[in-house]
Amino acid sequence: MKRYDLIVVGAGPAGLSAAIEAAKYGLKTVVFDENARPGGQLFKQVHKFFGSKEHKAKIRGFKIGEQLLDDAEKAGVEVHLNATVSGLFDCKEITVIENEAMHHYKADAIILATGARENMIPFEGWTKPGVIGAGAAQTMMNLHGVQPGSRVLMVGSGNVGLVVSFQLLQAGIEVAAIVDAAPRVGGYGVHAAKVARCGVPFYLSHTVIKAEGDDRVTGAVVAEVDSHFKPIPGTEMHLDVDTICMAVGLSPMSQLLSMAGCKMQDKGGIVPIVNEYRETSIKGIFAAGDVGGIEEASSAMITGKITALAAAYELGFAEEKEFREGETCYKASLAQLHEGMFSPANKGRTDLTVTDEGVLLSQNLLKKGYLDLGEIMRFPGAADEVKKVHGIHPVIECTQNIPCNPCQDACKFGCIAVGADITRLPIVNPANKCTGCGMCVASCSGQAIFLVNDDFSETEASVTLPYEFLPYPEPGTKGMALGRDGKAVCEAEVVSCRLSPSMDHTALLTIKVPKEMSMTARFFKAVGV
Amino acid sequence: MRIENHPILGTFHEGGQMVTFTLDGKEMQGYEGEPIAAALRAAGVMTHRHTLKRDEPRGVFCAIGRCTDCVMIVDGKPNIRTCITPLKAGMKVQTQYGIKAKE
Repeated sequence: MKRYDLIVVGAGPAGLSAAIEAAKYGLKTVVFDENARPGGQLFKQVHKFFGSKEHKAKIRGFKIGEQLLDDAEKAGVEVHLNATVSGLFDCKEITVIENEAMHHYKADAIILATGARENMIPFEGWTKPGVIGAGAAQTMMNLHGVQPGSRVLMVGSGNVGLVVSFQLLQAGIEVAAIVDAAPRVGGYGVHAAKVARCGVPFYLSHTVIKAEGDDRVTGAVVAEVDSHFKPIPGTEMHLDVDTICMAVGLSPMSQLLSMAGCKMQDKGGIVPIVNEYRETSIKGIFAAGDVGGIEEASSAMITGKITALAAAYELGFAEEKEFREGETCYKASLAQLHEGMFSPANKGRTDLTVTDEGVLLSQNLLKKGYLDLGEIMRFPGAADEVKKVHGIHPVIECTQNIPCNPCQDACKFGCIAVGADITRLPIVNPANKCTGCGMCVASCSGQAIFLVNDDFSETEASVTLPYEFLPYPEPGTKGMALGRDGKAVCEAEVVSCRLSPSMDHTALLTIKVPKEMSMTARFFKAVGV
Repeated sequence: MRIENHPILGTFHEGGQMVTFTLDGKEMQGYEGEPIAAALRAAGVMTHRHTLKRDEPRGVFCAIGRCTDCVMIVDGKPNIRTCITPLKAGMKVQTQYGIKAKE
């Protein structure tokens, strides 16, 4: 049996953050992970993260993963890969399967950071090849560079379903539709909007009832559901797809904690009962990240640090002053991510009708995945438009209170303000002159900022939009402008397509459209493509 | 199909080595070190195994080694999770029927 001060189970964002923090205080730490590579699911995340600078906002998930691995290496963290922890005991001992043999380790504290697994819903034909988890789609296309299919039905409109749908489009795969049995889009409105304007239809209160095909998926049947989530006969609709992608939630992988005898509770998945430091009912056993309750990678990294700090203090490695300071800092950082309408406290709420600012929420966004023109004008990010400011200016279609503020940092000219509370809706300040640099467009993790210039020419306006698809259209390319619903609204011509390293692969595509279309045109499709 | 150029990730397998392996005796190609399942998917193969009782086809489902739906016989050994097993030159991959190869 080998002894350590601290054992961490899981080398994802929570586990690695915990090990890095523990190393700061000199704990002899080991991390076990069953996978061949560390980083958990971070390396599949190609989108820019939300939050503020300290939460690594506007950095793409896989880049955060690379930073974490780098930090772990610098801190000298010992990581065992291909090492499956098969047992956890209340005396803070674990058994690990490594190289087809069982090994035994003991520590004074154990941090469980095993993450979550995908949920599934069974339906006729759900076992056929071609029905896959959304995570599988991400793994195939973003890690291995292989398209999981050519035309996909996405089941689930939470952030996973929305983000993966966009990633499928980026990988050159068609998304036939997004269905969700719930009557409202579950994920961030900005994630829905960027998929909707590419032309992907949303079917809320719909579910998949059948995967067609003999030895592989050749189609899907979806149907509307009633208020009890039962399919309504006669509403069936066939979709030509070769892949059905399931994004119907995650469940904490908390079995090891149950095994050790930690007190558990059912909170949309079995999770341990923990104190403010994520310590379970067994002293010295902690739960960091999704295993303690499903959130996202940014908060997982913070809870990882909190657990390691608490363990370091309990074991006498951290002074009380260090502990108090660290605790205050991490808790404040986590509290920022726990604000807003998607906060853990608001989970499952359907009664929210206005933003924190008192602006009526868009119902179209929740039902169809995009805002109506009339709705956008009531949000502070479109204030300039209401006042009809001359020249180029940002239009921010960010309409829900989510914790995010890179737009504020991106504008060097003070045109955009979020304020200290990072869940507030961004406000455009027309007193400060926009130079059209577009850094706000590139920095918005939700791709919800556009530059509009109604004075582009006598008859035309220009619209600059975030563009993360290949090939980049050449200036002069003619095509159609698409509306927020993804339908062609008018002819458009590419003025420019700008990309610089600071934009991190979010190109700024500027198109010119008839003047009256400046607040309608939100995407571009080259003719014949 | 392989993704030739990705707007965020660029190209995959730069400098990677293409190797030959067999699926049920038929020669196929894939990148050394990528999961066997990725090479198979790129080649259009969907069915990895057939279930024992009902002879139903199964393929990749979770792609992270958790669900075991993608297991095949690799170099004579059954129940190999192809989604997390790296491809090597000359590997002998067989569709699994129940827990065996087809007689």
